[in-house]
Amino acid sequence: MIAARGLTKRYGDKLAVDDLTFTVRPGVVTGFLGPNGAGKSTTMRMILGLDAPTRGSVTVNGRPYREHTAPLREVGALLDARSVHPGRSARNHLLALAQTSGIPRSRVDEAVEAVGLESVARRRAGGFSLGMGQRLGIAAALLGDPRTVILDEPVNGLDTEGIRWIRSLLQDLAAEGRTVFVSSHLMGEMALTAQHLIVIGRGRLIADAGTEELIARAAPGVVRVRSTDPEALAALLRSRDVAVSGAGDGALAVSGLSTDEVGRAAGAAGITLLELAAQQASLEEAFVEMTRDAVEFRARTQEGARS
Amino acid sequence: MTATRHVPPAPPPGAVRQRVSQARVARSEWTKLRSLPSTAWSLLITVVSIVGFGVLYCLLRVARPPSDPAALAAFDPIAVSLTGVQLAAIAVGVLGVLLVAGEYATGLIRTSFTAVPRRLPVLWGKAVVFALATLAVCLPATLIAFLVGQSILSEKRLDIALGHPGVARAVLGSALYLAAVGLLGLGLGALLRSTAGAVAALLGLLFGPQLLVGLLPGTWSDQLYRYLPVPAGAAVANVQPDPVILSPWSGFGLFCLYTGLVLALAAWRMARRDA
Repeated sequence: MIAARGLTKRYGDKLAVDDLTFTVRPGVVTGFLGPNGAGKSTTMRMILGLDAPTRGSVTVNGRPYREHTAPLREVGALLDARSVHPGRSARNHLLALAQTSGIPRSRVDEAVEAVGLESVARRRAGGFSLGMGQRLGIAAALLGDPRTVILDEPVNGLDTEGIRWIRSLLQDLAAEGRTVFVSSHLMGEMALTAQHLIVIGRGRLIADAGTEELIARAAPGVVRVRSTDPEALAALLRSRDVAVSGAGDGALAVSGLSTDEVGRAAGAAGITLLELAAQQASLEEAFVEMTRDAVEFRARTQEGARS
Repeated sequence: MTATRHVPPAPPPGAVRQRVSQARVARSEWTKLRSLPSTAWSLLITVVSIVGFGVLYCLLRVARPPSDPAALAAFDPIAVSLTGVQLAAIAVGVLGVLLVAGEYATGLIRTSFTAVPRRLPVLWGKAVVFALATLAVCLPATLIAFLVGQSILSEKRLDIALGHPGVARAVLGSALYLAAVGLLGLGLGALLRSTAGAVAALLGLLFGPQLLVGLLPGTWSDQLYRYLPVPAGAAVANVQPDPVILSPWSGFGLFCLYTGLVLALAAWRMARRDA
């Protein structure tokens, strides 16, 4: 369980995190979404006691993280896959970490096996690919068999197999009753992994809801309809609450009406329908919709200021 | 690279008390220290500096021994055989800087502080382990440098015995001084968190004050010189009486005080700043 109350972080005159209040519950995978620069990593660092909040507080399993006497048992964290000394072997990195809490060597070997790094565990971590680095970071997070798992962008640099592996790992961890908090800027990935989503933009809370509910709320379904007379159908359907736009190949995208309503209206007007389908908005669209006002670098991107 | 899906469960919470303790953190820091190739390289350079330069300088002095009685009276066989210590101090100090600043540079420090959220046990663990490791390497090195050096100097009867008053203290003290310089580097690394900045500060502290004081009028500079870090710390290896520098142990004590101040500042900052 993670509980943030009025969590705020100010760097100079910039508010990185602005009055965030949320709770991450055990038993489900909670996704932490936001565009780059939204304050996700800062929030995670505050949860782990690495950065001190300017205002507000955050507790993990009932206490501020710094007050835990057996921290690796409480929280396993992956903040940055490169939080490893490149000259040290993966195994020694994990061993040094385990020793701070008296975790036995056998557990280090188990963690290495669990992430599939047995063959390279004695090699310098500096030679690892991004994906291997992520696996090493996840092994570190799992060392203490923690009640809460916090992973910052865990799928970065992983191949398809690795992404699938992370997905099932997270779901298994949640099924075991652990609190699982995973950040990402990849909405599609979170839609498949997380049951609950906390969305932030420019450091502010935008949404805190179940994944399905959030998609439905932020981007209602669109009906795709293809007919013999698109112009007449568009004129027929268009009203104050209904938006109709061309979807290419002579089809229309209608929002604000159900497939039943579109079908009946067309039938009454004698227009022949060739295709009629409800299209669920993707999480990607829902996310763009939600964070439209909160995307920090949008204006600059449009000017081409960012490469 | 295939990965198994399930993470095997760890022993139940009651079976192993997974609490952080200073002793456990020190053990972890020992693992970190010994598992970096750069540690072995730096310590090897340290030993080569101590023994190699000592032997080289002894050979040089035997080839050109002091010619007149005044020069003979001023000849210091201990200082000659331990001449490599000042060079070794740079290697040890830089290694001290790297031990902490390297963790900041790689981001490892965040992993370390996540495992040890109270943070300071990490600094103390590093300090204790590094000081002991430096001593374990430098004490044999200074002893070998002294013994080999004296056997070279004995050819011209310039040598001095280990049993002579103050000689054993100078050999032991040189190793202690190197450990203290290592801790100074470690403290600067923790305080400044950047390798380049901390190395610059270390070299500045070791060599800068002497240059500045040299610019002052003679009486002032003589008065101040003894309190500067290196002259104070190096006094521990001094056997011949010298009015310009402090007595051996008070000089070394002063150097430890400077190091302690830097470490205290580093601790104060480490506990408070965002990592």
